[in-house]
Amino acid sequence: MAESYPELEPVLQRHEHRADGLIEVLNRAQELYRHLTPPLLRHIARQLHLPFSRVQGTASFYHLFRFSPPARHRCLVCTGTACHVKGAASLLAALQREPLNTWGIELGSVRCIGTCSGAPLVVVDQQVWNQQSCASVLSGLRELRP
Amino acid sequence: MKACLRVCTAASCRSRGGASLQHSLSEAVARAGLEHGLRVKGVGCLGPCSDGPLLAMDADPKAQTQLYGSIPVADGAQLVASLMEAAAQHTLAHWCPAGGLRIDLNHPFFQLQRRLVLEHCGQIDPTSIEEALAAGAYRQLERVLQNNNPAAVIEQVRRSGLRGRGGAGYPTGLKWAAVAQMPGTEKVVVCNADEGDPGAFMDRTVLEGDPHTVLEGMAIAAHTVGASRGLIYVRAEYPLAIARLRTAIAAAQGHGWLGTAIAGSRCNFDVELRVGAGAYVCGEETALMQSIEGKRGMPRPRPPYPAERGVFGLPTLINNVETFANLPALLRLGLETYGRGTKVFSLTGHVRRSGVIEVPMGTSLRTVVETMGGGTPAGRSIKAVQTGGPSGGCVPAHQLDTPVDYESLQSLGTIMGSGGMVVMDDTTDMVDIARFFMAFSREESCGKCVPCRAGTVQLDNLLEQILDRRATPEDLEQLESLCRMVKDTSLCGLGQGAPRPVLSTLRHFRDDYLALVPVETRR
Amino acid sequence: MNLYSLRIDDHDVAIAADSTVLQAAQEASIAIPTLCFLEGLSAVAACRMCLVEVSGNDTLLPACITPVQEGMQVHTATPRLQDIRRTLIELLFTEGNHVCGICVANGHCELQNLAVEVGMDHSRLPYRFPDRHVDLSHPLFGMDHNRCVLCTRCVRVCDEVEGAHVWDVGWRGEHCRIIAGLEEPWGAVEACTHCGKCVEVCPTGALFHRGDTTDEKHSDPARLQALMQARQQQRWNP
Ligand SMILES: Cc1cc2nc3c(=O)[nH]c(=O)nc-3n(C[C@H](O)[C@H](O)[C@H](O)COP(=O)(O)O)c2cc1C
Ligand code: SF4
Ligand code: SF4
Repeated sequence: MAESYPELEPVLQRHEHRADGLIEVLNRAQELYRHLTPPLLRHIARQLHLPFSRVQGTASFYHLFRFSPPARHRCLVCTGTACHVKGAASLLAALQREPLNTWGIELGSVRCIGTCSGAPLVVVDQQVWNQQSCASVLSGLRELRP
Repeated sequence: MKACLRVCTAASCRSRGGASLQHSLSEAVARAGLEHGLRVKGVGCLGPCSDGPLLAMDADPKAQTQLYGSIPVADGAQLVASLMEAAAQHTLAHWCPAGGLRIDLNHPFFQLQRRLVLEHCGQIDPTSIEEALAAGAYRQLERVLQNNNPAAVIEQVRRSGLRGRGGAGYPTGLKWAAVAQMPGTEKVVVCNADEGDPGAFMDRTVLEGDPHTVLEGMAIAAHTVGASRGLIYVRAEYPLAIARLRTAIAAAQGHGWLGTAIAGSRCNFDVELRVGAGAYVCGEETALMQSIEGKRGMPRPRPPYPAERGVFGLPTLINNVETFANLPALLRLGLETYGRGTKVFSLTGHVRRSGVIEVPMGTSLRTVVETMGGGTPAGRSIKAVQTGGPSGGCVPAHQLDTPVDYESLQSLGTIMGSGGMVVMDDTTDMVDIARFFMAFSREESCGKCVPCRAGTVQLDNLLEQILDRRATPEDLEQLESLCRMVKDTSLCGLGQGAPRPVLSTLRHFRDDYLALVPVETRR
Repeated sequence: MNLYSLRIDDHDVAIAADSTVLQAAQEASIAIPTLCFLEGLSAVAACRMCLVEVSGNDTLLPACITPVQEGMQVHTATPRLQDIRRTLIELLFTEGNHVCGICVANGHCELQNLAVEVGMDHSRLPYRFPDRHVDLSHPLFGMDHNRCVLCTRCVRVCDEVEGAHVWDVGWRGEHCRIIAGLEEPWGAVEACTHCGKCVEVCPTGALFHRGDTTDEKHSDPARLQALMQARQQQRWNP
């Protein structure tokens, strides 16, 4: 049974169902449905007249596309150069030792968001927290729960 | 009293509450019924990001502009009240918001800058095309369209010596001439706003603070090379820059500076935005074009160069954000005044004042890092300055008098790159830095060619082994020879540049490596 | 026809101006090792085996895509190039799991032949022993990812010659792998026409015929039309 994705129609039309719109369509699809599922990818492939493997190959190439549902919250430790020289690696390692997934928080990293004067920083649900330590991140995250 | 409060709402100050500051100030001003005398506006980057959130005040009559940092964002009403009181008592010149700090605009950080690209950044409201127009936006485009002499524009760009700011430093005039020469009317102008170098945020600053300058530069380029289609490829990690660009493009279309018959001429040029999806390699021009076509961002060999066969197989001019943003200033000032031009740098790491600066080309690293940036925070000395990101290298402290220009940095085994400058103090382990960049390249390799895909993994593992003190002198030799092999044989600039941080630290900081090789394994 | 004359190692060659250095070398019976290149498919210059030195040029150039030029002097087997090729083969061997003794392609494997050619009897770099799987879901063929060198010949032949585009490259960097459909078991991908072209072009034992199969081939004329359309117009209707 083919599922339908009416919300995707505007972006498909904007790109006139042309193959070069694939990344824009994937970006929009992820925005709408939070992650890319096989039926969704199949739908996009059909709409853009692309082979399934082309769509999957492209989607899996880019870091930002995800194939499983996101957790309730996301905490990304910036591991850009400026954050690295200010200790991002040990911050990330320390956070990895915490049971964040049991709090509904997904831990990850991001390579530089270009606001390096706040290093070391983390991005929590798209908010930037500047000059963080493991303790300060944890206390901030605790306030997010549940 | 008449005054204007400019609140920095670019990404860095925004992360420190800049946007709420703007909001609470506007509200306080409205509640006090002061809108006619006191204007509050959001602007792009004001420079010293480490002191954010930043607030600038231009007071009439002709009191000097003041800059304040570390403003407490919560209470706009109190700030406005204290400001009004100071105005009433004629003590504005000494006023400072409670809890904030006054930033000395006579500091070399400001005085040694030469702002061509960033001239309007921080001055104008980037969401208002009226302000941009009042500041002179699109006037050079208008002039170029009126003169209708593309060859003369190319000649001027060529003679200015302007080189691409995206990293490779290719002469812009030559590139434009190559695209202009191509037959046919279907050509594309692409603006590379992928800025993926970690620690670099010059392009973000320009896009957030003054997007119209970039659009104007693109339109001038389009007219000059005969293109009618424009594309801007921005990384998804820059949501504010994307929003500002969308606003700016729509406004420029509305005012007839983009679209058909621009300013009554026969020039048609429109611009479309393409957002990336997290892939550093997509900053490489051939990968970027693949990505625009909706494909995996895999570089392809050149030739054919984009000028011959670019996006959708059409002749394509691709330049960096800052390169395009140089055009209006270059044409306005003329060759003599423009001189060697400027370079925008983002200064970060172990430095007192981090932020975005624009300095004359050829300024010494020492001037930038010590005089302008204030050197390292207390008690430490500088060990090295990293330029050029993952494809760049480190300049050791004793060579800080090197002028920042393409040739001088190259002779030291690094590159100018796009303008990220990371200061490292004497606590920094250079092998750890080399490993950091190698891990980055390993992660960002597209995987197409063997030396980069498999070589960066082996190099990263070797560096890990060295850091863990498990390496022998033979491993060091292996590291060096594999670095050369990967550099010489990789398909694109990512693989070719990936070994540079290692080779550069081996050259200038070999002792850091030797200290990690256990004595008993040394011959 | 416009001819260019060039010198490759110590042979003089005259060849059509639109040829590549690799074609010129073949003309002169000089063997330049290749891996990802295959006559009839687009050239991608990804394996870097065919890099050559050209006098007056600092960078090494891939022979498979470099156009010939009048008066060009090409060197195909300098000590530097030989060392590079050996290292490339080592990188490939350490990246996958190539146990030749138990491989279906043993004795007719291009990777194995190249290793012999460049004198690689052991790797100076450590083996990485990746965890990769074998796909036996297809009735006629199998795919052993342990032996894949990511040359993309299978991807290209399926797209450019067959028009089915069953295969593509998924993920990136060291995580790259050849995928079928939406990363499904090969046997579950309806686009596959069972033509076997990918198996034919695979340089290693990664794609192979399964010995004992009784599956019949079905003919389907409408399908041919769809394949033709896909190939010519780059338009698929999956
Ligand atoms: C791995 C890699 C990443 C790159 N990233 C960028 C980038 O983020 N922005 C950019 O303008 N150029 C980048 N470049 C350089 C581009 O390939 C290209 O040279 C540049 O966009 C041309 O513009 P310019 O001549 O104005 O510098 C990158 C190159 C490589 C090899
Ligand atoms: S050098 Fe690296 S990024 Fe560039 S094509 Fe090769 S694998 Fe891809
Ligand atoms: S399966 Fe064979 S043909 Fe396909 S990429 Fe791997 S080695 Fe090459």
